[in-house]
Amino acid sequence: MALLDVRNLRVEFPSRRGSLVAVDGVSLAVEPGDVLGVVGESGAGKSTVGNAIIGLLEPPGEMTAGEVHLAGRRIDDLEPGEKRKLRGKRIGMIFQDPLTSLNPLQTIEQQLVETIELHLGTGEREARRRGVDLLRQVGIPEPELRVKQYPHQFSGGMRQRVVIALALCAEPDVIIADEPTTALDVSIQAQILDLMRALCKEKDVGMMIITHDMGVIADITDRVAVMYRGRLVEHGATVKILGDPDHAYTRSLISAVPRPDVRLVRFPLVTYIEDAKETPRHFDVRRHWLGQARDFGDGAGAGAGAGAGAGPGAKKGDAARAGEGGDGGGRGPGRGPLISLRGLHMRFTTRPSFFKRNRVYLDAVKDLSLDIHEGEVFGLVGESGSGKSTVARMICGLHTPAAGAIRFAGTELTSLAREADLDPFRRQMQMIFQDPYSSLNPRMRVMDIVAEPIRFHRLAGGREEVEGIVSDLLEQVGLGAGAAIRYPHEFSGGQRQRISIARALATRPRFLICDEPTSALDVSIQAQVLNLLKDLQELLRLTMLFISHDLPVIRQMCDRVGVMQGGRLCEVRETEALFESPEHDYTRHLLALMPRLEGLSRQGLEIEEPA
Amino acid sequence: MAATQSARATGLGDRVRRGLDSDIWYSFTRSPVTVLSAVITAAILLAAVFAPWVAPHDPFDLASIDLLDASLPPVWMADGDPRFLLGTDDQGRDVWSTIIFGARISLVVGFASVIFSLVLGVGLGLVSGYAGGRLDAFIMRVADVQLSFPAILIALLIDGVARSALPRDLHDELAFYVLVFAIGVSGWVQYARTVRGSTLVEKNKEYVQAARVIGIRRGAILVRHILPNVTGPVLVIATIHLAVAIITEATLSFLGVGVPPTTPSLGTLIRVGNDFLFSGEWWITIFPGLALVVLVLAVNLLGDWLRDVLNPKLR
Repeated sequence: MALLDVRNLRVEFPSRRGSLVAVDGVSLAVEPGDVLGVVGESGAGKSTVGNAIIGLLEPPGEMTAGEVHLAGRRIDDLEPGEKRKLRGKRIGMIFQDPLTSLNPLQTIEQQLVETIELHLGTGEREARRRGVDLLRQVGIPEPELRVKQYPHQFSGGMRQRVVIALALCAEPDVIIADEPTTALDVSIQAQILDLMRALCKEKDVGMMIITHDMGVIADITDRVAVMYRGRLVEHGATVKILGDPDHAYTRSLISAVPRPDVRLVRFPLVTYIEDAKETPRHFDVRRHWLGQARDFGDGAGAGAGAGAGAGPGAKKGDAARAGEGGDGGGRGPGRGPLISLRGLHMRFTTRPSFFKRNRVYLDAVKDLSLDIHEGEVFGLVGESGSGKSTVARMICGLHTPAAGAIRFAGTELTSLAREADLDPFRRQMQMIFQDPYSSLNPRMRVMDIVAEPIRFHRLAGGREEVEGIVSDLLEQVGLGAGAAIRYPHEFSGGQRQRISIARALATRPRFLICDEPTSALDVSIQAQVLNLLKDLQELLRLTMLFISHDLPVIRQMCDRVGVMQGGRLCEVRETEALFESPEHDYTRHLLALMPRLEGLSRQGLEIEEPA
Repeated sequence: MAATQSARATGLGDRVRRGLDSDIWYSFTRSPVTVLSAVITAAILLAAVFAPWVAPHDPFDLASIDLLDASLPPVWMADGDPRFLLGTDDQGRDVWSTIIFGARISLVVGFASVIFSLVLGVGLGLVSGYAGGRLDAFIMRVADVQLSFPAILIALLIDGVARSALPRDLHDELAFYVLVFAIGVSGWVQYARTVRGSTLVEKNKEYVQAARVIGIRRGAILVRHILPNVTGPVLVIATIHLAVAIITEATLSFLGVGVPPTTPSLGTLIRVGNDFLFSGEWWITIFPGLALVVLVLAVNLLGDWLRDVLNPKLR
């Protein structure tokens, strides 16, 4: 008999429109000292399984079938009071956000002592001793000192260690960890996972880790259960499932994971998961509106721009500015840079004050110089807070730099005083944002969202024409023209990101900034969106600035990469060179922390040969 | 393509169907108090709008008033006259009709001052939240100062100034507008504060930044992007404020600084009738008072329900 045994679990959420079956027929078992991973995408029901085991389903959710046994005793039909005694005592829990799972008004000691006294019935002195001991075990330096501190005095990773200590303090049999490292930076993630695995083996505790991250699964689990739409599709030893998956869903999930060590031509079709509604009709871009008026006045897209429809989009001013910029005709790297940043500096006021000397500043970007060439995909990588998004925001005019120059195709944007002077450049560069849930105005129809830039820049005349173009754009990003009359909330995260992409393309830009475009998405959806961006980049010969904290994604997308740390650029190299032979210490450090994912199946992958 | 066209063709029917299927309608039908309040509010609104047709008498038509009918009690009392359901006042006007016409004045003043407050408050709130910096600080300090005085005091002050500044007959003519202005100005702060708060949240959302990247100008961003996203709470405030505005109007009229007695509102009626309360003709003041209570209570309950249903945290 297994330590934790879940049999045929079914969870339903009744609503006034019928009952939603969130989990159906799930059977799992955890042995002592065993780490079981439950993996799946958002909405697969993996967290619901965890919550059902500990009896913390969000109302109106309820278990409608199945049994949960802990060490041979059935626990799912216990009285609420009995169940509460189990939580913390026999089953420990670790949640995603270490900030909200600790009480900010109590010291770590108070919280530890309270829990230990409650569950183990020891005296206060003994509880204190055990508390300090636990903190030492989870790797907190100077535990005697730090135990007296409040949660806000700990960093994110340290806080998660405290949460682990709290979960361990009652000496539970089983620990359920729901996305324990998702809120942490990569460098800290690796340490926490190692710690969890070591403690689990050492104390012979069974552990269930719920995650969406294949890296976490590969790193620490012994066995893995793959969930898809509330059902268990595959269940077995981690090595077997990652290396040689049987189920088609598992295969497509694994194939969608960006590899740190090779570059793929494209992500293989992840058809099992919600994909583009319709296969995009293939346009002849040279004839279609999207490809027209790509003559930006400096010879970059010459040829394509001829013909009707160029209209007011190509302003005379563009041609006038052409002289400084391009050398005409030439293609690819080697021509003058499209974007040129010189000595860029950005400073935010973190504490405003009437008196200058009392103000406190944060220098988000320090003396940054960088060139991005026509037609290339330039990656910017760094940890959170390194200033990479700030750079993007300065380029597209959301922030005004404190010092330095931004040149776009030879024109210095920072010297343009009037807003109207910037318009032709705004048309040429667009941005795709990180959070698909906040980047679309919820009160506007998709039609109006995508049409807005076309109307603003007067790129097409007449309602009919604008609507036709929007339909084509929506087809192009794989949503189908029917999406136009709907509102953003009717779409999933990946679909919303496609709408964002359609909006960004609506000005017929030549420079596209992607600020973490897939970090809010599931891995399979990420693969689709990355595929789409790659296709569009080739089709429209876009120049891209691609910002991400995720090195494997950068490797898949970018031609050249810049590494940022603390507002400075430490290294700029060709992608392959950077990954194979990093020069800067910080780059090496980042690369070392990258999950290796070596055991992952390479079935069906088309690997790009290094040039 | 075919799907697009059919969806467009059935747009209206679709909307109605979706409206009936929505959570708001569901929660509405599940709350008897709310349905009752809505029915009462609708009835009073309709009666007020169609007052000349609904009311049995025209209390302002001097020709139809007969002083011999003065001070008749309601029908169910001994001296009651079947022509006058709720009796008559000291000048022989039908109390029931004056209530209907009075509610009309009260509601018009209420709606007008709410709209005035709303436009002023939402406008200042949007500008304050979006612009930030000194303009924001200035507007919000003005709001703080105003908030430290009771609304009724501000309305009285404005009315008093208008009274002394304008010649008497002109003032009577403008009394309605002065009243709306006074009540409106005393209520904008709540809108401004709420809208400013929501604007601060919305302006940092990525859709606003996307609009800026496209090049859309500030004014258009405020009106087209931010405004539609901050209106939810405004609707709630406006409903509750309507009740407050009606009460404020009644209070001012009761104090004698509201609309002139020739076009009496509910407050004026209560004041006029108040003089007769102790001489036995209680119905002249009690019935307008009851009407006011019912109207304000119904509107308030509607506002409360709207607040709850639009706030997912309370569900």
